[in-house]
Amino acid sequence: MGLGSLLLHFNVPHVRNEEMFTVMATQHTRWIGRLAVAPSVLVLFLWMIVPLVMTLWFSVLRYNLLDPDTEAFVGVLNYRYFLSDPVFLDAVGNSLKLVSAVLVISIGGGTLLALLLDQPVWGSGLVRIMVIAPFFVMPTVSALVWKNLLMNPVSGLLAWIMKSVGLTPIDWFAQAPLTAVIIMVAWQWLPFATLILLTALQSLDEEQKEAAEMDGAKPIPYFFFIVLPHLARPMTVVILIETIFLLNVFAEIYVTGSGGPAGNLPYLVYFQGLLNFDIGGASAGGIVAVVLANIVAIFLMRMIGRTLED
Amino acid sequence: MARAYTMKRRVIATALAWIFAFLIFFPILWTFLTSFKTELEAFSLPPKFISFHWTLENFVIVQERSNYLRFAANSIILSLGSSLIALMFAVPAAWAMAFAPGKRTKDLMMWMLSTKMMPPVGALIPVYLIFRDMGILDSRGGLMAVLFLMNLPIVVWMLFSYFKEIPGEILEACRMDGASLWKELVFVLAPMAVPGIASTLLLNVILAWNEAFWTLNLTTSDAAPLTAFIASYSSPEGLFWAKLSAASTVAIVPILVLGWFAQKQLVRGLTFGAVK
Repeated sequence: MGLGSLLLHFNVPHVRNEEMFTVMATQHTRWIGRLAVAPSVLVLFLWMIVPLVMTLWFSVLRYNLLDPDTEAFVGVLNYRYFLSDPVFLDAVGNSLKLVSAVLVISIGGGTLLALLLDQPVWGSGLVRIMVIAPFFVMPTVSALVWKNLLMNPVSGLLAWIMKSVGLTPIDWFAQAPLTAVIIMVAWQWLPFATLILLTALQSLDEEQKEAAEMDGAKPIPYFFFIVLPHLARPMTVVILIETIFLLNVFAEIYVTGSGGPAGNLPYLVYFQGLLNFDIGGASAGGIVAVVLANIVAIFLMRMIGRTLED
Repeated sequence: MARAYTMKRRVIATALAWIFAFLIFFPILWTFLTSFKTELEAFSLPPKFISFHWTLENFVIVQERSNYLRFAANSIILSLGSSLIALMFAVPAAWAMAFAPGKRTKDLMMWMLSTKMMPPVGALIPVYLIFRDMGILDSRGGLMAVLFLMNLPIVVWMLFSYFKEIPGEILEACRMDGASLWKELVFVLAPMAVPGIASTLLLNVILAWNEAFWTLNLTTSDAAPLTAFIASYSSPEGLFWAKLSAASTVAIVPILVLGWFAQKQLVRGLTFGAVK
């Protein structure tokens, strides 16, 4: 696995050998240890390799469920068809736009919110609970509530607010489906970024904060020279984790039907395979999604490797 | 000692924090409120915030018409079942990695994490076809297996980060005293590991409860959990906002409650122990 070996450069501090091996393992326990790890490794290996190999194989076949027993090897035809299809390019574009927009909103907004919540706030426990809540809302609920109750162009709450201040309401899912999806997905991930960054801020040494204040550090240099470097690592962690999840956003697009088949890459694969029964074409799309995720993973691993080295 | 803050700073920070928290929480609050309205009031403009005729009829109708309890039972069975299976595999693995590591342990941990990078769409088509041929589409067993495999790497990592905090000296002392491995496990390790295992279970139940790629693609009715139950409200019932809100409320409240308990574990679990 190319990815597996790449990940080895991802050097998380607390798995460094010297810290990790606190107990000297005897030969006997080491044997039992291997036995204890084996089942997990085995099932994960199968889970990773069997579907991937099958997807690769299907992707070079002409294979349609509506037209069985006509499977034939067609080489890269599915890929050529897929890569030249404007719908595919739209889907990849939408996937990337969705990931980057939500990352910008959640990291930017999350940092500001975390800084605010790190201040002396009355009722901070309740505030935290309210802020983190959207993260626990299942994607299908979030999609339908936003699409109907909030974003409906006639009787939705946003339309009402816009009308009352004299603006023309936006018909979100007709005019800007991707923006609508970005808003609802960002609503779910902003709390996550906030919570992680807040946890990191609170681990910033209280004495250090006090010393900086006593020395009369101005807020802005204090933020850039003390707080931001401290947040670099949690921020990269947030980027990595959110990217993994955001590349796989599916339910929000499936439920709202936004953007047609070009909703995003996962939706297009679903559309092609399970609605159009074109197994060959869908598998080619699946492989493209795997490659895309790996490219992102490489960049992220490098970035994380650098911040985690010191 | 806590720092002394100026009154002005406290007041401003509190006001701003409450405003933003309210805005972020608002869609959930709005759903709760709408679930107690009549359909007519749910659509009324200007919107009614508190002064409407409160009613429970939506909840009754949701249960009668779409049998909420059956979907909820599926959600509970799937999320709890897949998490327990994951623990059965992960507890021994994480124990071994933390207390009896070999040369390859670190590589193995990284490899496990890398399996999380594999996008589910890369596996969708074969898994769907295998399930179809085995006749386990829309079965709880099949879906449980997928959810278990999906979350296994996170469970191993999270348990590992908890097990690492158990001081090695205790185990060493215990080995010096000649305690057998079995005794060491049952009398020394187990009591110290229970809180970590419980936190891992809690977070994993939440993740499995909200999982909406495999649950939507591999179920139609028999095994469908709440994610699919809500998806069925996209049309035409989506036009009935009060009922949609009631269905949404009963789907998210259990997990909101669990989630609030799990805040700390969430940070740790989802960052693979990198942020605590």
